Amino acid sequence: MLAENIWRLGNPKTSSICEEGLPVVFVEKLNNAMRLTALSRAAIALGLTPDLTLADARARVPELVALDRDHGDEARLLARIVAGCVRYTPMAAAEPPDGAILDITGCAHGFGGEEGLKADLARRLEASGITAFCALGDTPEQARALTRFGHKSKNLLDLPVEAIEADPAVTLALRRAGLKRIGDLASRPRKMLAARFGDLAIRLGRVLGEQDRHISPERPLSPVFALRRFAEPIARIEDALACLEDLGRDAAQTLLERHQGGRRFIARFFRSDGAIVGVEIGTGRPTRDPALLIRLFRERVDALSDPIDPGFGFDMIRLDVGQCEALTARQDDHLAPSRHEEDLAELVDRLSVRLGARRVHRAQPENSHIPECAASPCAPSRLPVWESAPEGEPPMRPLRLFDPPQPVGAVMSEVPDGPPMRFTWRGKTYGVTRWEGPERIAAEWWRRRDRGGRPRDYYRVEDEAGHRFWLFRHGLHEAGGTPPDWYVHGLFA
Amino acid sequence: MTCESPPLPARKRPAGPLPKIVLAQAEPIAPSVRVVLGVPKLDGALGGGLAAARLHEFWPAQAEDMPSAAAFALLLALKAAGPMGAIVWIEQQARQGQLYPPGLAELGIDPARILFVDAPDEKSLLRAAGDVVRSPAPGAAVIAPAGPARLLDLTASRRLTLFAEGSGTTAILLRSADPQAPSAATTRWRVSAAPSRMLEANAPGPPAFTLDLVRQRGGPPSYGWQLEWDRDRARFAPLSRDLAADAGGEYLAVG
Repeated sequence: MLAENIWRLGNPKTSSICEEGLPVVFVEKLNNAMRLTALSRAAIALGLTPDLTLADARARVPELVALDRDHGDEARLLARIVAGCVRYTPMAAAEPPDGAILDITGCAHGFGGEEGLKADLARRLEASGITAFCALGDTPEQARALTRFGHKSKNLLDLPVEAIEADPAVTLALRRAGLKRIGDLASRPRKMLAARFGDLAIRLGRVLGEQDRHISPERPLSPVFALRRFAEPIARIEDALACLEDLGRDAAQTLLERHQGGRRFIARFFRSDGAIVGVEIGTGRPTRDPALLIRLFRERVDALSDPIDPGFGFDMIRLDVGQCEALTARQDDHLAPSRHEEDLAELVDRLSVRLGARRVHRAQPENSHIPECAASPCAPSRLPVWESAPEGEPPMRPLRLFDPPQPVGAVMSEVPDGPPMRFTWRGKTYGVTRWEGPERIAAEWWRRRDRGGRPRDYYRVEDEAGHRFWLFRHGLHEAGGTPPDWYVHGLFA
Repeated sequence: MTCESPPLPARKRPAGPLPKIVLAQAEPIAPSVRVVLGVPKLDGALGGGLAAARLHEFWPAQAEDMPSAAAFALLLALKAAGPMGAIVWIEQQARQGQLYPPGLAELGIDPARILFVDAPDEKSLLRAAGDVVRSPAPGAAVIAPAGPARLLDLTASRRLTLFAEGSGTTAILLRSADPQAPSAATTRWRVSAAPSRMLEANAPGPPAFTLDLVRQRGGPPSYGWQLEWDRDRARFAPLSRDLAADAGGEYLAVG
């Protein structure tokens, strides 16, 4: 376990001030007074301490730069740091407000051992302007205690009892009893501690490494992944994609061994300056074809609105298979191995990767008699069942539907419920020669709170030239009321 | 005495890899695959039916005829796709009004067979169309750009034709207006609505079209075809206003 304690959070706004050597403090309103809650090194050197009121601090240091503390910003920075730690291990979790914990079991060999990994992490954090303490421990709590309280002594037994991070009242009681170091507690029988202080015994066991706990990582672990690190960062997107192709082959091999295929693939490009670019693709059915994967990734990268910026280059590329499903191996036909026939599912994947999944769809029927609600888009992999139209009838529903319906003007119709004989739409006047109707469609009053809604009377009409329209009258004629409006809702073939 | 002819010069292969177009021309799918519309005279004018695995172009005579043009294009796509083949409808989004799936079902086109692709702009429409037509998976593709579609020029139509020949997918280009520009499409049609056959109580009848075959490759143009779509038999029939003169009176039963 490796814990890091981010002591001073770097902030682009403040970094320039810090370089000038001015004392910077972050203030918060606590108990109706502006108090210092975070300080820069320069401020500490001047003798300022946390919890001091801003007025006192200003009296002592007139040139003080005070800024409002933004916890949201700090949480975002912490999340970015944790995301960056994925380069070491997928098991990385934030420990709010200012810590992160990494489970590096079995991950250190790529960095020359645990100490090497720690040094690499410290170097990267320092390069990004973040002051952090790192420590290794057997359990998350042990690592955490060593990070926060192990500045003077690395011996666990020498740490103060605060390192157990029990309830403040418990810590105070321990101090009053003269138990000031963890070593004092460790030699006592646990039963007594449990009887007197509740969960202190469990916490102590965890800090001493007797009892382990799993951390919950930020991202769920993907069962299949492949990654590659580079001694020198690679700065060309083409090279990065070529490397991704290799990773795709590695992942495909693993998937083949597991008799699985992936439905979701995430490629992460780790830039040497700490930024991570993630590209994700999804497929309609499980696949482990590296050629298909790289084609989809290329489509996705091409379709990005802002292209991937390699900056000073990528020093690691990782491919995760986010979602695995069973896919049995299939033997190629040795008689006709000539050419790979792309089927519809692959075509759908290609189109939806480029255009976005929303833009490629099928239509499914909906259980509603309101025309605009009678159909809805669904995933292309589904095969909805549509009823065929009754025989011997002309089409009763239009080929094109306007949603919302478009108003028509100057409708000449018989009052109260005759068909339209003449109407104007989009600046043209049409004279009706053939018509059928009305087909009355009531509003869905059971869905409406006021139980209201006007009925629509639909007419199929045809003009002299053969254009067929679907018009409706919204509402009924009422004595003394305004005449109802007419709309064109669709066009027939 | 021998007669010696000078040795033939060795055939020179052009340097570098052959361009893909040459390969595509080398083995096109035989144009013998024809889509029969069901009207013998029109099929005869087309040389046995509409050629499958080619590009065909349609546009409405006027803006109001757009639904008729769309319906005719979709119905030909339905015929070209065969009994089970998928139809891909690629449409640019700027248009008003959506294709209405229950209306497709009423035309006899099962909406479940249609894959809807919405392209945000003309460039992506063209790219998606290229992908779809090049793939042998769908039976037919209808490509519906919005506006004048300047990118869909002679070169683009030539590409689509070659893709269609290579894959066997019939490509149907549905323009929103007369392009007034050359195109490599095998046939080009102007479509307008025709007054439909009157049903009982002066009701509008089944969809009727007026078609002008403006241009066809290797054949003369022909104008003024009037057809109606017989959904129950899934074929076109000549439009006859005069019910009594209808051959065999088989359309009487429809009314």
